[in-house]
Amino acid sequence: MERKIRVLVAKPGLDGHDRGAKVVARALRDAGMEVIYTGLHQTAEMVVETAIQEDVDVIGLSLLSGAHMTLFVDVTKLLKEKGMDNVLVVGGGIIPEEDAPKLKKAGVAGIFGPGTHCDVIVKFIKKNVKR
Amino acid sequence: MFDKKELEKIKKSKSDWEKNCYLPHKKKHPERKEKFENLSGIEIKSLYTPDDIAHHDYLEDFGFPGLYPFLRGLHPTKYRGRLWTFRMFSGFGSAEETNKRYKYLLDHGETGLSVAFDYPTLYGYDTDHPMSRGEFGKCGVAISSLQDMEILFSEIPIDKVTTSMTINGPAAIVWAFYIANAENRGIDRRIIGGTIQNDILKEYIAQKSFIFPPEPSMRLIVDTFEFGYKEVPRWNTISISGYHIREAGSTAVQELAFTVGDGIEYVKWAIKRGLKIDDFAPRLSFFFNSHNDFFEEIAKYRAARRIWARELKKLGAKKPRSLLMRFHTQTAGCTLTSQQPEINIARVTLQALAAVIGGTQSLHTNSMDEALALPSEKAARIALRTQQILAEESGVTDTVDPLGGSYYIEWLTDKMEEETYKYWDKVEKLGGVLPAIEKGFYQREIANAAYKYQKEIEEKKRIIVGVNEYQMDEPIEIPILEMDEKGEERQINRLKKLRKDRNNAKFEKNINALRKAAEGDENLMPYILDCVHSYATLGETCQVLRDVFGEYVEPAIY
Repeated sequence: MERKIRVLVAKPGLDGHDRGAKVVARALRDAGMEVIYTGLHQTAEMVVETAIQEDVDVIGLSLLSGAHMTLFVDVTKLLKEKGMDNVLVVGGGIIPEEDAPKLKKAGVAGIFGPGTHCDVIVKFIKKNVKR
Repeated sequence: MFDKKELEKIKKSKSDWEKNCYLPHKKKHPERKEKFENLSGIEIKSLYTPDDIAHHDYLEDFGFPGLYPFLRGLHPTKYRGRLWTFRMFSGFGSAEETNKRYKYLLDHGETGLSVAFDYPTLYGYDTDHPMSRGEFGKCGVAISSLQDMEILFSEIPIDKVTTSMTINGPAAIVWAFYIANAENRGIDRRIIGGTIQNDILKEYIAQKSFIFPPEPSMRLIVDTFEFGYKEVPRWNTISISGYHIREAGSTAVQELAFTVGDGIEYVKWAIKRGLKIDDFAPRLSFFFNSHNDFFEEIAKYRAARRIWARELKKLGAKKPRSLLMRFHTQTAGCTLTSQQPEINIARVTLQALAAVIGGTQSLHTNSMDEALALPSEKAARIALRTQQILAEESGVTDTVDPLGGSYYIEWLTDKMEEETYKYWDKVEKLGGVLPAIEKGFYQREIANAAYKYQKEIEEKKRIIVGVNEYQMDEPIEIPILEMDEKGEERQINRLKKLRKDRNNAKFEKNINALRKAAEGDENLMPYILDCVHSYATLGETCQVLRDVFGEYVEPAIY
């Protein structure tokens, strides 16, 4: 049997807006993936550590506070340092258009703003997962 | 409520109408949906008639504005006398930048202030704390000390304008900043008016900016109640909030049931401490969301007023003022779309209208660009102007409770009440509010409702204009608010200097006194005020309480 795609849904930083993260977590689970949700208030180190422990294929970062340029990039940098290039990183939240290309360059492969259908995220992950 | 004979006649005619008119017509021209439901899942009938409200006793259940049960409003003249307060929630970057925005809004006709703090402030961290990384000024203003508070309100007449502060975990400390700032400016604490949100229960339930575990948090809140009615009598020491419960995905019924339920929980804790209900209850206030379903929202506000008055009476309140559910409303941020952002102006207008017809005491209208970033100056101004149009042009302010007596609205108000009591029974069975939080009851209810709502959108059972229908593929052209890049550095330097320059002997003495008091059971407000007056920072003061009380970690449920 093929191994299910394993996804870590993570809330870095102090942001408490967890509606989107939880909805997406559930949608990914309903789409047949295995989902681990970190809960709130994670540092980049905690996110990456959990990703290693749980041997995930995908990290989904959610941030609505506006700190994505710092905190998303902290995670992708740390992943690179640890040689975890095979982990697909996606992100969602209140992210201005102009930040999206910069985040992509930093290694966040997909950015999903408000109003995105969960379906779109599922398809993106299935298409781009690196294993 | 109606003459019995007359009612029988109406009932008979209605059934004739159904048989001979409605059903044949429906057969020929089917309705758009099999079943019409509002956002709480309450099924809506095609028509309401006197029969739907006939069981009511007008004087007992509806009454008059200014009189029990306050269904029709808290004040006899309502907006004919005084308009609601135009209170725009705002804050970003440094205290200097936000101070400028406040002056701008006041210049444009805003009548009350409302402070949005950044995440570090909400969690009781100073700007230079490692956990503050990346968050400075991002979704609110950074306030780490009395000095920042002085700058935030510089040249603003805080003896005249009232200020609402969205702060919960460290509410007591931030309130102390405000009081101390007033006192340093020679303004008596008995004169200043405003609100601290200070509602920790909904933090565990929905907003998640908690610091301490429930018990010590509740103690701090009761401390503020007591200090408030004795020392700062014009201050609302809590704003019991449904807003964030709704934003996290709840239905309107859940928002109503959980929020008013939280309110009763606070009253019980304060009574348990030995406070007299009529001393503190007049300073309790509420905060609701205004979402898309127009009538459902109006029914929610009206039901809230009636339930609160009834329940407070049951809890022993005698003063009429104790029974008044005064509330602020904010239009629903979660309904704003990043697609075609300009059309959010129309959504906000409808939501604001519901709040006004529902009788809100103050109102924040969201800016059209908030699904993309913090509001730009122009977007905030348009949102404020929307309120001014409702107030000055629409005519809805000319009579009190204009929808009172509508068969539909009264029926729906009853229904919201019924459903609220059903939820309370469930919570009671779980052992009460705190056990229900610990068992994840609210969190699960909200997550389920949020998921259902999202699925309905994706399956097109629910249409959101611009998102799953009427889409356009065009670039989004909205100016995004630019923040001063030097703000964070300036703030950190200011903090360093403050810690060096203050009287550190006095600071140490006050901080140690607070620690000792926190270990005991005295009211902490006077100790916190002493700390703040000696320029203890938010982080330093909060750390003392973290040491004594511990920190809350929530179970991760999705």
